[in-house]
Amino acid sequence: MSDTFTLANTTFCSRLIIGTGKYRSYDEMKAAHIASGAEMVTVAVNRVPLDGSAESFLDHLDPKMKILPNTAGCYDAQHAIRTARLAREALETEWIKLEVIGDSITLLPDNEQTLEAAKVLVKEGFIVLPYFTDDLIMAKKLLDAGCPAVMPLAAPIGSGMGVQNPSNLRIMREQLPDATIIVDAGVGVPSDAAIAMELGADAILMNTAIAEASDAARMATAMNYAVQAGRLAYLSGRMPKRLYASASSPIEGAIK
Amino acid sequence: MSKILITLNGEQLQVESNIDLETLVDQLALPAKRLAVEMNGNVIRRVDWPQTTVSEGDRIEVVHFVGGG
Repeated sequence: MSDTFTLANTTFCSRLIIGTGKYRSYDEMKAAHIASGAEMVTVAVNRVPLDGSAESFLDHLDPKMKILPNTAGCYDAQHAIRTARLAREALETEWIKLEVIGDSITLLPDNEQTLEAAKVLVKEGFIVLPYFTDDLIMAKKLLDAGCPAVMPLAAPIGSGMGVQNPSNLRIMREQLPDATIIVDAGVGVPSDAAIAMELGADAILMNTAIAEASDAARMATAMNYAVQAGRLAYLSGRMPKRLYASASSPIEGAIK
Repeated sequence: MSKILITLNGEQLQVESNIDLETLVDQLALPAKRLAVEMNGNVIRRVDWPQTTVSEGDRIEVVHFVGGG
């Protein structure tokens, strides 16, 4: 059982946060959510269709899960701020996953606009969880702006490439020992999640890795284990890497 | 009843002059819970919908939640 982590006075037992997008069916989504052990899920804000086809998506979520709205689809600070305010009004939550995207091909974050939006939203009392590139200097700025956690990407959203720059995460963990770091985006397989946790991440946020797996619920189970394993490994203190061998069995006393 | 032109979720729409937001949301047959409305860039709280009338040229966004990462 992994140790707990606290974010804005809320304690979580699970260090896995998952999304609600791209699932083939509501049933698959619900099964995956249960299997993941996650206690918080992200949702997106969207215009209601005017043709009467609107479905009540939130009714398909386990009511025990905490809902974290995101500002996906926003390409500048103003849009993200407006989206966050709408989400707060509709869900009566101060929590917001702040996403301000720089370009539609890479979906890489616009760090500058993210910081600008974060400053405004923190002042308005939001609990801002910003998604950004894995950059130490930007992490410091976001934390100084009042974000209770930072969410560096492992790789582009939905790319499934895993942690592309482990050194950046290691540096961030070492230089910001008290910060809450949640790796968000780019995880593909459980080993990716384990690696991020071994590097010192406090939690992982993923969506596509589970939703696009052939068996989403099974993959969610695997992710659940991987996040726990990675966290235990981080707490256990890994052995050193060596260029040369270090024998595990006695050198003396073998028969000749 | 005279009509006015507004923009609702990016679409141009003719609605009754002096219609209030609560009636507008109702007419769209939208489940009102966990919905939010913005008018000309400002969020209008649900309690204020009945007293908020719509004018010619208003830009209104009505949002709900969908799956996302």
